[in-house]
Amino acid sequence: MRPEDLLCPTPRGLYCPPADAYIDPMRPAERALITHGHADHARPGNGAVMATPETLAIMEARYGEDFCGTRQPSPYGAKTRVGEVSVSFHPAGHVLGAAQIRLEWKGFRAVVSGDYKRAHDPTAADFEVVPCDLFVTEATFGLPVFRHPPAEDEIAKLLHSVELFPERAHLVGAYSLGKAQRLMKLLRAAGWDRPIHLHGAMVRVTEAYARLGVDLGETVQVTAADRAKLAGAIVLCPPSALRELWARKFPDPVAVAASGWLRVRARARQGGVELPLVVSDHADWDELRRTILDTGAEEIWVTHGEEDALVHWCGTAGLKARPLRLVGYGDEGDETPAEEAAAP
Amino acid sequence: MNRFAFLLDRLAYEPRRNAKIRLMAEYFRETPDPERGFALAALTGALSFRHAKPGLIRGLIMERTDPVLFGLSYDYVGDLAETVALMWPGETRANRSPLLSEIVEGLTSTAKLDLPKRLAQWLDALDETGRWALLKLITGSLRIGASARLAKTAVAALGEDVKPDDVELVWPGLAPPYEDLFAWVEGRGERPFAEDPAPFRPPMLAHPLEDANFRAFEPKDFVAEWKWDGIRVQASAGRDAEGRHVARLWSRSGEDVSGAFPDLVEALTFDGAIDGELLILREGRVQTFNVLQQRLNRKSVTPKLLAEFPAHIRAYDLLVEGDEDLRERPFEERRKRLEAFIAREDNRRVDLSAIVPFDDWDGLTAARLDPASAGAGDDAAAVEGLMVKRRDSPYVVGRPKGLWFKWKHDPMTVDAVLMYAQRGHGRRSSFYSDYTFGVWTTDPEEGERLAPVGKAYFGFTDEELTELDRFVRKNTTNRFGPVREVVHTAEQGLVLEIAFEGIARSTRHKSGVAMRFPRVARIRWDKPTAEADRLESLEALIAEKEGA
Ligand SMILES: [Zn+2]
Ligand SMILES: [Zn+2]
Repeated sequence: MRPEDLLCPTPRGLYCPPADAYIDPMRPAERALITHGHADHARPGNGAVMATPETLAIMEARYGEDFCGTRQPSPYGAKTRVGEVSVSFHPAGHVLGAAQIRLEWKGFRAVVSGDYKRAHDPTAADFEVVPCDLFVTEATFGLPVFRHPPAEDEIAKLLHSVELFPERAHLVGAYSLGKAQRLMKLLRAAGWDRPIHLHGAMVRVTEAYARLGVDLGETVQVTAADRAKLAGAIVLCPPSALRELWARKFPDPVAVAASGWLRVRARARQGGVELPLVVSDHADWDELRRTILDTGAEEIWVTHGEEDALVHWCGTAGLKARPLRLVGYGDEGDETPAEEAAAP
Repeated sequence: MNRFAFLLDRLAYEPRRNAKIRLMAEYFRETPDPERGFALAALTGALSFRHAKPGLIRGLIMERTDPVLFGLSYDYVGDLAETVALMWPGETRANRSPLLSEIVEGLTSTAKLDLPKRLAQWLDALDETGRWALLKLITGSLRIGASARLAKTAVAALGEDVKPDDVELVWPGLAPPYEDLFAWVEGRGERPFAEDPAPFRPPMLAHPLEDANFRAFEPKDFVAEWKWDGIRVQASAGRDAEGRHVARLWSRSGEDVSGAFPDLVEALTFDGAIDGELLILREGRVQTFNVLQQRLNRKSVTPKLLAEFPAHIRAYDLLVEGDEDLRERPFEERRKRLEAFIAREDNRRVDLSAIVPFDDWDGLTAARLDPASAGAGDDAAAVEGLMVKRRDSPYVVGRPKGLWFKWKHDPMTVDAVLMYAQRGHGRRSSFYSDYTFGVWTTDPEEGERLAPVGKAYFGFTDEELTELDRFVRKNTTNRFGPVREVVHTAEQGLVLEIAFEGIARSTRHKSGVAMRFPRVARIRWDKPTAEADRLESLEALIAEKEGA
């Protein structure tokens, strides 16, 4: 058999004919397997949705109860038959509930990574290597210039700035699902025990995390009246809010952002960021290469980002690889996808 | 080095002046001698050593990485030093990273042949930010988000009662690593003796007038003068401790530009400091900026150049006369002193910028629209607009509110077609941000074609830059190194509305015209390329100007 009989790229996303299911479909599908809750992967309106229980809870928190027809929770490691295929979900380390999807059919094993990272994240289950024949990997940071520093060091930069400028409010732009909660946890681990202030857009997902058992300490939603009083505070908000009028009401705000893209200076300056923190929820170059080798796969499909460099590297490592050129994850054709610019 | 690199990294992103000073002051407070002194030297541009060529760095990375991966990375990042800093292989860090002082010492003492090996050792031992700072430092392209003045202000902040101007005054006699300076500022040592007899005094700047509702102001509280289209300079001169006369010409930002204008500096025989405009005068007539530009373009200052492009100062203000600092006096008083000073000096190279008389704001508006009839006469082409100053304004450093205003001419505009794009520098190095644009012309052989008439690299917002960058990447028809040719036919392409301050004939440009300060005023996503302007309309603008 050919790998394409089990998985084929279509404009709607990756399709698995023997399961008659799409993985992270771009447009509503009869049956969808969802890797994780980010908006470019988990869209509302599908018929039957299979995902981890955490991802289903996050989708409900974001889209409301009617986000799909029927749902089928699949805890990490459990095997379920879908059509002719044995399907299981395995930790991807990306955000809470994020999974790699393993498909086994006629003795052939494929793993679709979704988004993943190898670094430890206290808000997500650690990535698990799943041996396979075909590995479909993301490549958001698929260039050798992307090597993420330890997140703890970046948090130390933030705390140093808060200490040096106690009369200013530090506004941290971070994607509201995953990145924000990871930062909160890291801040707690670094000894920040004061309340963490949240932009309204962060609240629902953060509450969902708390319900799923992730303890983030005291969080307070910012009200319009409070803003001027938040000297010395750390405030988390969506990256777009940094540029809005909302941000200007804080005492001499410092525009902080947390993203893997900020490793490249021109990209960081472009966003008007004053304190870039290189914290990413995606695998960096070293992690991508290591993971590809760890899976033992003989064939690699690369999607979602800087595909060319990773495909080239696979060639030099003697692996068969091809770019999928799926469109729609992140922002089409944009090197800093609007959403992922915050998400990684 | 890592700590210094961390400071540079923070400064590069921090836009606020006071925050920059705090960051630097904190660094100086916490860092021992001589490290902080070498850092101060780097921050003020006072470090000197033989710079490494980019080729050397390229060679080092080529030995360590796959050329395809390097190519893709460099294309993405857009800056060689940064690309190398980011992709330099290896996780193993040496037990300790090199000190800035060791690097400075190493760069002076290492033989040229040994430099690559030495550099590689340093790069191995530094983190990403450290590597970036080191590579920028040794290639001489370290652009710091802070001026020398700001660094000196941060040094002053270490002391109880030291002002930035005090540091400025002792500065010329000092050398890295400035241990005597830090000792004095921290109250542990004597004031270093080195008064510069011709120091730079930070200039006073004006606000654009459209920002102010000037009609609410009382006309009689203000004085107006021409804003000349040259280079704002400060001519500073005096006698040193041995009685020698010293003269210097300073740019607006405090750069010593004396070397480029020996003809002018030689003529600064007075004791004092004048704020004025550097202009080229021929037979008493002010030449346009275009002519001045021709002198600035020449690398070497030859007798022929000096004879062809004689430099002058048209004086606006008198900051110091003899030993007397006039900066706290009202403008009106300084102006009287200036007039007397200029009359007494009777210097062929220095004259007075005229006051533009007016009774009310309508009268001033008329003068602005027609400088030739309002006193500027034959020099009107070199008038850029008006300066409007409060009669009682002291000479205050920086851009104080409500005292001085500049009222420029409205810019001219042209609709042009984007033809080529090039990656920018610095903060824009990963974006296509330099745009060559053209207008239509009829070629006897080729028929209708676009003639490139200029380059614009500012005027757009960050969001517009992102859109333009995307347009360029999606519509590339050809590549020449860092330049991309962008589709530009009568059917396809992008129209940019270009604003500019002036236009003149030029033999250096193939199209025969040269614009001054061209910038993207608007992106005309809506306008078909066939409807962009024609070369003839630009030529008409020039003719109109020459006729005026
Ligand atoms: Zn994601
Ligand atoms: Zn994604």
